[in-house]
Amino acid sequence: MATKVQPMTGAANSAVSLSNEEILRYSRHLIMPEVGMEGQLKLKNAKVLLIGTGGLGAPLGLYLAAAGIGRLGLVDFDVVDFTNLQRQVTFGSGDVGKPKTEAARARLSSLNTDIQIDTFETKLTSDNALELFKEFDVIVDGTDNFPTRYLVNDACILLGKPNVYGSIFRFEGQVTVFGRPDGPCYRCLYPEPPPPGLVPSCAEGGVLGVLPGIVGSIQAMETIKLILGRGDGLAGRLLLFDALAMKFRELKLRKNPNCPMCGEHRTINKLIDYYEFCGVRGEEAPAPNVQVPEITPRELKSRLDRGDDLFILDVREPHEFQICNLKGHLIPLGELPRRVHELDSSREIVAHCRSGKRSAEAVDFLRKTGFRKILNLKGGIVAWSDEVDPSVPKY
Amino acid sequence: MSVKVIIPTPLRPYAGKRDSTEVKAGTVGEALGRLTTEFGDLRKHLFTEDGKLRSFVNVYVNDEDIRYLAKENTPTKDGDTISIVPSIAGGSCFFHDCRFYRCCSALSFRACLRRQA
Repeated sequence: MATKVQPMTGAANSAVSLSNEEILRYSRHLIMPEVGMEGQLKLKNAKVLLIGTGGLGAPLGLYLAAAGIGRLGLVDFDVVDFTNLQRQVTFGSGDVGKPKTEAARARLSSLNTDIQIDTFETKLTSDNALELFKEFDVIVDGTDNFPTRYLVNDACILLGKPNVYGSIFRFEGQVTVFGRPDGPCYRCLYPEPPPPGLVPSCAEGGVLGVLPGIVGSIQAMETIKLILGRGDGLAGRLLLFDALAMKFRELKLRKNPNCPMCGEHRTINKLIDYYEFCGVRGEEAPAPNVQVPEITPRELKSRLDRGDDLFILDVREPHEFQICNLKGHLIPLGELPRRVHELDSSREIVAHCRSGKRSAEAVDFLRKTGFRKILNLKGGIVAWSDEVDPSVPKY
Repeated sequence: MSVKVIIPTPLRPYAGKRDSTEVKAGTVGEALGRLTTEFGDLRKHLFTEDGKLRSFVNVYVNDEDIRYLAKENTPTKDGDTISIVPSIAGGSCFFHDCRFYRCCSALSFRACLRRQA
């Protein structure tokens, strides 16, 4: 059930005309009756805040800047990482190590010099969200974690701002618009986040680079429609996209009358501690470590060179084995319990994975099942590459 | 009566990597029961220990949320599609070795990096 996009209120119409250069730049908008001069001026007078300048933020920033959104705010505290380039197409190889907001600003302002870009190199928190959001007409959620998603939602509802929501996982995306008058909010859809420790394991993580491109582009389209007040918006509909099957489906989203945030009897009247809400004790909580006997890459190398009889057990996934391996016997951690019989407990076993964490679990498990001569390769294949054989690629 | 159950990407590892399955069921509850009988690992991801559907997993019959129908007693008819739609936060955890699970969704990437170190 599609609902007509309701025009937004509150956008101060300051600009009343376009320069000749702008008319040329936006001519393909201007000749569409659905946009026209009136619509292009709405875009020019619009203020859109992007939360996150990563995978979703990349197409969002590029298309919204190109479309002539007058003021774009970018919130991100992260720096560009080499592994971001596979999907975060705003950034180039030369941007690695730079703050994302700075790199994005450079790219977007070279794309369109007529727009104002405000960067906020900060983490979005309960302390700064309302202050940041109130300056903008539309908030676009391109984050990657549950605490920030609930924070964005609650701040939008408290301020009455639309929240263009998109999220991705591997090959699958979800898009909708929350926070419209009479429309549902994120808490109507999901009252609570999953507790840490449940689905999915990160061995199943990763994302196909094009996916955030598609989902972020849909968010950009919804943002523009909101500003123009045109078409049927996604408010009240959850668009599901399965890239592997190449299928779009849509589900009805209803406003929960008992929603603690946007329901008739609101019980949440201010921003809360979203990390606590999501069951995360805080960023600096020490990592729980399984204590198991270890061997360093250098020790392993010298023992192998000596001709010691060592059985190398690789507990990574088959697709990781293809990236690089130490010619070990491959049993993914998840299959270990039912494939224990493949191992000879009389031989000395060295277990490894990418960084040494999964293999620590494997060693812990095998010791509990009675293996005594088993060691964990400290730092995994990454440390092997650093300390023994740099020809082994790190990933 | 045969209904199709669509399994979302995050839950496919617990459902034999299937993206959907056909089950015979007259209600949503029956369908999910059959599903978790066939794929036992799915149970803890869909249900709490006392057997309630988890609050971050929504279930739809065709395009309707069962919370606004008869919940798990919602009847299904031949050819209906049941969708399981869990919340996904995004993130693209790089750490195949990650043993914290979900922190990629609950923490920033940088915090995740610090944890992994």
